[in-house]
Amino acid sequence: MGLLTTLKSSVSRATSSLFAGEETKRIGIYGPPNAGKTTLANRIARDWTGDAVGPESHVPHETRRARRKENVEIKRNGKSVTIDVVDTPGVTTKVDYTEFLEHDIEKEDAVRRSREATEGVAEAMHWLREDVDGVIYVLDAAEDPFTQVNTMLVGIVESQDLPVLIFANKIDLEEANVQRVANAFPQHETVPLSALEGENMDEVYDKIAEYFG
Amino acid sequence: MPEITANDDPDDRALDDADPGREDRDPAPDDPPEDGSDGTDDGGIQLDMISAERMEGMRTMEKIRLILDGVHDGNIVILEEGLEPDEESKLIEVTMSEINPDGFTGIEIETYPGEQSGGGGLLGRLMGGNDANKLTVIGPANRIETLHKDETLISTLVTRT
Repeated sequence: MGLLTTLKSSVSRATSSLFAGEETKRIGIYGPPNAGKTTLANRIARDWTGDAVGPESHVPHETRRARRKENVEIKRNGKSVTIDVVDTPGVTTKVDYTEFLEHDIEKEDAVRRSREATEGVAEAMHWLREDVDGVIYVLDAAEDPFTQVNTMLVGIVESQDLPVLIFANKIDLEEANVQRVANAFPQHETVPLSALEGENMDEVYDKIAEYFG
Repeated sequence: MPEITANDDPDDRALDDADPGREDRDPAPDDPPEDGSDGTDDGGIQLDMISAERMEGMRTMEKIRLILDGVHDGNIVILEEGLEPDEESKLIEVTMSEINPDGFTGIEIETYPGEQSGGGGLLGRLMGGNDANKLTVIGPANRIETLHKDETLISTLVTRT
């Protein structure tokens, strides 16, 4: 009986190990507001499933709830990787409703948006601590990457021992500086792209398959 | 390690006898003024310098409360040693829950960048690196603005608004 139990246990472990690489990984797309997270999530979802994840906007905090696109199967080099893409609200340490007023939004709506934004940031932090298997950290390559929020967020990801890729987005902009992003986080691989224009998406998918497959 | 905390020693208040106006200017961080003011009597700005020693035995929420209570009072909180990543995550979460459209708009936080960019992660920690041990400045978002920051200097503008 003991021998049988041991044998069954060994077979079970071997089977789990054999298929461990085929489990769906939940990949969180993180970054500051307006880095292009939703544009990237939509690009990935549209390329592989035909559907979008959520609306894109130049107004900060357009994404105020984490949105998930499940079972996105990415095929690279004869293999396939299945991920759940989690588009998260932009992380910040401050939200002021008056910033929404600058985008021609009425005060009542601005107050509601700011309240939802704060809840969204808290939700994003919660997902990061408990519910994601890997992180794509998206930065606007035309903006200074040396901000405290970026440093803190990448530090939090590292403390969770999660695999992370840095995406230097918006390389279609003249002011984009990919090297500056790479210099900010030299311990991680930086992938340049334009989610809006679809530039360098082949490398993006190669890296997603390599890091999260 | 010498304690650099400002005004957290009850014995220090003995000096109040020699300077009757002192108590109003220098309230302890744990004792916000009862009059609802921002911790200053003349529009000045209060700095709470909290030593590593004071934070050492505290739980995460105790640290966060100490920081945010100071910030809510309009003070600039300076930590001799920064927070751990998980504590920073909780600080962001709690800060978000306390933002109020009619008042508190959140925090501005600055810590020196540098070593953590190259020494973070599991390997860095295994090699003995400790990213958290960096002086950290935290203040109300509507009163503190970072003018310049590099690996050796944090320059901030603090307003009295």
